[in-house]
Amino acid sequence: MEKLMLKGNEAIAEAAITAGCLHFFGYPITPQTEVAAYMARKLPKIGGVYLQAESEVAAINMVIGAAAAGVRVMTSSSSPGISLKSEGLSYLSGCDLPAVIVNIQRGGPGLGGIQPSQSDYFQATRGSGHGDYHLIVLAPGTVQEIVDLTRRAFDLADKYRVGVMLLGDGVLGQMMEPAVIGEYTPAVPAKPWALTGASGRPKNIVNSLYLDPEELERTNFERFRKYEQIRRDEVLFEEYQTEDADLVLVGYGAPGRICRNAVAAARAEGLRAGLFRPVTLYPFPSEALKKLAERAKRFISVEMSMGQMVDDVRLAIECRRPVDTCLRTGGVIHTPAEILEKIRACAKEEGLI
Amino acid sequence: MTRNMLIAGFGGQGILFAGKFIAYTALLRGKEVSWLPSYGPEMRGGTANCSVIISDEPVGSPIVLCPDILTALNLPSLDKYEEACAPGAEIFINSTLINRKGVRAGARFHYIPATKLADDAGIPKLANMVMVGAMIKRAEVCAWEDASGAMKKTVPERKKELFDANLRALEIGYNFDGSAVL
Amino acid sequence: MKPILNRPAGLTEAAFHYCPGCTHGIIHRITAEVMEELEILDRAVGVAPVGCAVLAYNYFNCDMLQAAHGRAPAVATGIKRARGEAVVFTYQGDGDLAAIGTAETVHAAARGENITVIFVNNAIYGMTGGQMAPTSLPGQVTQTTPYGRDTAAAGYPIRVCEMLATLEGTAYAARVSVDTPKNAAAAKAAVKRAFQNQLDGAGFSIVEILSTCPTNWGLSPVDALAWLRDNLLPYYPLGVYRDCKKEAAV
Repeated sequence: MEKLMLKGNEAIAEAAITAGCLHFFGYPITPQTEVAAYMARKLPKIGGVYLQAESEVAAINMVIGAAAAGVRVMTSSSSPGISLKSEGLSYLSGCDLPAVIVNIQRGGPGLGGIQPSQSDYFQATRGSGHGDYHLIVLAPGTVQEIVDLTRRAFDLADKYRVGVMLLGDGVLGQMMEPAVIGEYTPAVPAKPWALTGASGRPKNIVNSLYLDPEELERTNFERFRKYEQIRRDEVLFEEYQTEDADLVLVGYGAPGRICRNAVAAARAEGLRAGLFRPVTLYPFPSEALKKLAERAKRFISVEMSMGQMVDDVRLAIECRRPVDTCLRTGGVIHTPAEILEKIRACAKEEGLI
Repeated sequence: MTRNMLIAGFGGQGILFAGKFIAYTALLRGKEVSWLPSYGPEMRGGTANCSVIISDEPVGSPIVLCPDILTALNLPSLDKYEEACAPGAEIFINSTLINRKGVRAGARFHYIPATKLADDAGIPKLANMVMVGAMIKRAEVCAWEDASGAMKKTVPERKKELFDANLRALEIGYNFDGSAVL
Repeated sequence: MKPILNRPAGLTEAAFHYCPGCTHGIIHRITAEVMEELEILDRAVGVAPVGCAVLAYNYFNCDMLQAAHGRAPAVATGIKRARGEAVVFTYQGDGDLAAIGTAETVHAAARGENITVIFVNNAIYGMTGGQMAPTSLPGQVTQTTPYGRDTAAAGYPIRVCEMLATLEGTAYAARVSVDTPKNAAAAKAAVKRAFQNQLDGAGFSIVEILSTCPTNWGLSPVDALAWLRDNLLPYYPLGVYRDCKKEAAV
């Protein structure tokens, strides 16, 4: 298979199409616009549907409609747009509908900025809308991973009947890297629950309303049993030089890449640093991180936010080791040098230098 | 080995394409490579830059903060990035539009009158590729064969005129050996 | 004994939860009869609103989805675009369609989305207990306009059909009422037209149906019908506000 230079945002779109997603509903917002533009160019030519909605609110509800009708469907946005979609994400989850939602994060709060950020971590991993629910959250670190995880997102969505969020940032969305698209056979299960017209079967209802509290409680417990299975079976992460690491950086997305440079630089100075890169943010790879805490002396959560994932790091290692942070926000991206500086400072505190 | 390159100029000068082209020369040689543009509200006329990293290892940060190779197509770009260059960096200066010498201590400067060369050849929009041609030869980015191969990947051959013009611009830069007059 | 009136196949056995005298029941029946007569029950997909008709998914005997408040036209768009052969309709109240869902309504119409919208206008929020609706009349007393709707403070009612009739994408916009058997028969004809339009690929069709809310108007069912005639009809004249087929014929 030929490797091509692919832009992150376009890789999302192309991978989605190869995963059988022929329906896209969205609203323009920087820095994810290429996803929509690519879909607008490609989908009409292959019998698909691209529709620019009047708002993010409408777009996610169109996604709900298409998902309920049984097709693979995607929407894409950036932080402020995801806030608007949050109502719909709650309904999507309450209705147990499968769909893929892309968030190429930008700085916030409010209108914030358009440069890369990771300050929607809580919003993504805690469900963002009202009620008890989660989305599966996938955080690619390379363009090839964007391709692979986008496809996986659709398969996971259908397998568990959940919303799957692809959580990226402006760096990943805008950068090009060699990647292989290649052939792919999507795993699409039968969807007997879909609204296809009640021909030759009893009517189907897609609904999130349960006026009887005990019935609602029952459906919530059932849904969370599904999440339990997801937490057991679908965790993904990558470790880099962690085997003997005293200091473990934890970073995903763009900072996950930048941390590699910092680890290499620290190793060159004789400091045993390593990188733990969560690929699934929900489910968070807690078990693997906890195992690292048996040996590592200190953890550093490297985030383009004021510190959100750090909570999950602390929970994962049950506060057995100190957890530091190395944070940039507002669209400012870490330099390897400042992460290295943090590693040195932590090494000093641990008496390693 | 890792080479960190920064190409910078006005929006509309073909900065991003130049970077993409260089990325393909590396891809064809089986190297690890990343390409990252600056992005913002200025679509035309503002400053644009593009980071390209070519490496034998997987690329970590795709952002070039300390270039080994800087290609400046206009003065603001040279002013902005010259001091950030790595020791011993190769700095390519579009001497038609930049009327000063480079000052970064320890750097090797290449003055290429790219805009004039492109104008004289009747391909005024391709100063970017003249610069790239000079760059791949003088900084030993890749062999000529890789460059012409990359052209096939970045300019569709069915657009023959465009393909030929780009290849010609590349060639002009590649073969340029005059010392530029400021 | 020969039955003269049966439950239409378009309705399930579930008993309506609507208040006594509320005309939602009539409108449900009309919609169900039309779907049965057009023989589309096996490919109809309905979208229920938030409001009094929230449980409509239990009543219509076809595939149904319950949407977020005001979002039914967007959800219906998604269904229709994914499954063009489905006959997709929304069933919405005035708060759902003309307040929180105004954008979804207007843009579905502007796109000429090939769906059918049943819009029940009773000039009040029923399910939440009688608050001002976007269609409440000037001076109308509600729980949240206890001194009557003061247009200086609360603005003016929206005439949905007139507004949507200005849009090129709207194929059909008609206002009807179900306060008399004669009007109910006309309402059914309009609903049938709105569904037939979809089958013909004509585009966005909306039927606004003036309806009563005896409970929240504080009136008996009979008085409520009279109130509708005396107050709603003058403000919301019945009629066809846009009809692409008629325009094409002319």
